[in-house]
Amino acid sequence: MNPNPKKDLLGIENLPAKEIVNYLDTAEKFIEILERPIPFVPALRGKTILTLFFEPSTRTMLSFSMAAKRLSADVVSFSAATSAVKKGESLLDTARNIEAMKVDGVIVRHSASGAAQYLAERLSSFIINAGDGQHEHPTQAILDMMTMRRHFEGLKGLNVLIVGDITHSRVARSNIHGLNTMGAKVTVCGPPTLLPFGIDKLGVDVTHNLDKVIGDFDVVMALRIQLERQEAGLFPSTREYRELFGLTPERIKKMKPKAIVMHPGPTNRGLEIDPEVADGPRSVILEQVKNGVASRMAILFIHAGGKIE
Amino acid sequence: MKIILAEEDIRRIIIRITHEIIEKNKGTKNIVLIGIKRRGDFVTQRIAEQIKKSEGKKVPIGAVDINLYRDDLQLVAEAPIIEGTDIGFDINKKTVILVDDVLFTGRTVRAAIEEILDFGRPRVIQLAVLIDRGHRELPIQADYVGKKLPTSMNEIVDVQLKEVDGVDRVLLHLKGRSREAQPKAKSRITMAAPPRPKIRQLTITDKNEP
Repeated sequence: MNPNPKKDLLGIENLPAKEIVNYLDTAEKFIEILERPIPFVPALRGKTILTLFFEPSTRTMLSFSMAAKRLSADVVSFSAATSAVKKGESLLDTARNIEAMKVDGVIVRHSASGAAQYLAERLSSFIINAGDGQHEHPTQAILDMMTMRRHFEGLKGLNVLIVGDITHSRVARSNIHGLNTMGAKVTVCGPPTLLPFGIDKLGVDVTHNLDKVIGDFDVVMALRIQLERQEAGLFPSTREYRELFGLTPERIKKMKPKAIVMHPGPTNRGLEIDPEVADGPRSVILEQVKNGVASRMAILFIHAGGKIE
Repeated sequence: MKIILAEEDIRRIIIRITHEIIEKNKGTKNIVLIGIKRRGDFVTQRIAEQIKKSEGKKVPIGAVDINLYRDDLQLVAEAPIIEGTDIGFDINKKTVILVDDVLFTGRTVRAAIEEILDFGRPRVIQLAVLIDRGHRELPIQADYVGKKLPTSMNEIVDVQLKEVDGVDRVLLHLKGRSREAQPKAKSRITMAAPPRPKIRQLTITDKNEP
C-alpha cells in the first residue's frame, strides 16, 4: 500500500521483512547515541521536519521531536487545536501550504484512515504516518518489535498476545502485520464486541478467555481502552472489563517466567493494566518509550538520510 | 592489478607503526585506540595486540562509524547502513590514536574527529593509517603511515584483511576493472561510492593474529 516505500512510511502491511529488519538494526545502533555525553549527531543537519498532528498526542509527538533533534534536524510543529484547521482549512490546502514552505519530511497523525497516504500522494516531502484513524501506526509497531527483539532471541516463533480493543486499534493492526511478516505468532484477546469480524483472516488466533491462555505467551500487550467506547455500550462496565481482561497481579503470575508485559500508552491504570503490573518487573513500558526515540531516529534517518531519486 | 603490500609487509608495518606510537608517546600511558569502521577497526585490533606483545600493556579499543557525520549524506542515493559507534571508555585528557586503513581525501578523518569530540576532550588525537594515497581535500595529515602510495584518481586502493576478506594484502586496481573472485569482499575504497558491507558482527580470534 506504500506508493513509494523508499520515500514514505505509511504502514507495516506489505513492508518486506528486509525493510523491517533495516529499521530495527538501525534503531539498535541509535540507542548508543542517546547515552552519549552529547546525545546528538549531525546526520540530518539542514533538514526540516514538520510534525502535523490533527489528533491530540503527547508521547508520539514528543518522541518524534526528540528523535529529529537528536539527529540535528530542525523541527516545526503544527497541532490542529491552534491552527487554521479550526477555521475550516482542508487537508489539501494545509498540504499545499506545507509544500510551499519546503519541508523535507512530514510526520502526520490524523483521525481519518488514509490521511497519510493522501498527503504522500500529493507532497514531494517524505511522509511518516504517526497514526491514521483505525488504519496503522507503523512507528509504534517498529518500536514494539524492537523492544521484543531486545528481550528474546529474535522475533521468529515468538508468541505474542494482544489484549483489548482490537477493532479500533491501529497499534494492534500494525503490530499484527509486522509480527506476521517477521514470523511471530499473534493471538488477539478481548470481548467479542471489540474484536473485528474476520480478524482471523489476518493470520491471528482469536480467544476470549485471557485466564486460560495467558501462560502460553512470551509477550502480553495490553491496549488502551478508549473510555468513549464504553459509553457506546461495547462492553458492560469497566469493572467487568478489568475482571476479565485487565492485567492484574494475580493474572500475570500465570505468565511464563521470562514473559514481558507491554503497553503502548497512555495507560488507564486499574482498567486494562493494574499499577503494580505497569510498574512491576515484567513491564517494559518505559523501555518502549526509550526505544521509541531510537526507532523514530532510525525511521527519520532512513527516509531523510538519502537523496530521493 | 598490482599487489602493493603482501601479508608479510602488512605484518611488518603493524609492528613498525606500533613502535612509532609507543616511541612518540613515550610508552602507552593514557593511550586509547579508536578505529574507523570497518577495516580501520581491524587494523586497530592488530596494533593493540602488538602493543600487548611489545609492552605487555592492554590499551582500550574503540570504534567509530562515521556515517552519521558524513558531509555527503545529502548526495548519496540511499541512507547508508549504520554499523554503530562503540567508545566504551572516557576519552577526556587521553591520547587518542585514530586508525584507518586508507587516508585519501581526509573527509572520513574529519568526520571521525568530529564524532570523537562529541565524546569528550582528548589531550591529543593522532592519526595512523596503513596507506596514504594522497589527494587530500582537507588540511589533514597522518602521524603514522604504513606506506605512502602515489595514486591517480582513477585508481582504487583495495585493502583486504583476513577478518573480512580472508586474506591480508593491498591491491591497486584501475576503476571499472573487477578484481579477482572474492565473493565475500565488496569493498572499494572510494569516497564517491562508499562500501556498505552488510556483515554486521565479526569477532577476532587468535588465529587471525598476524
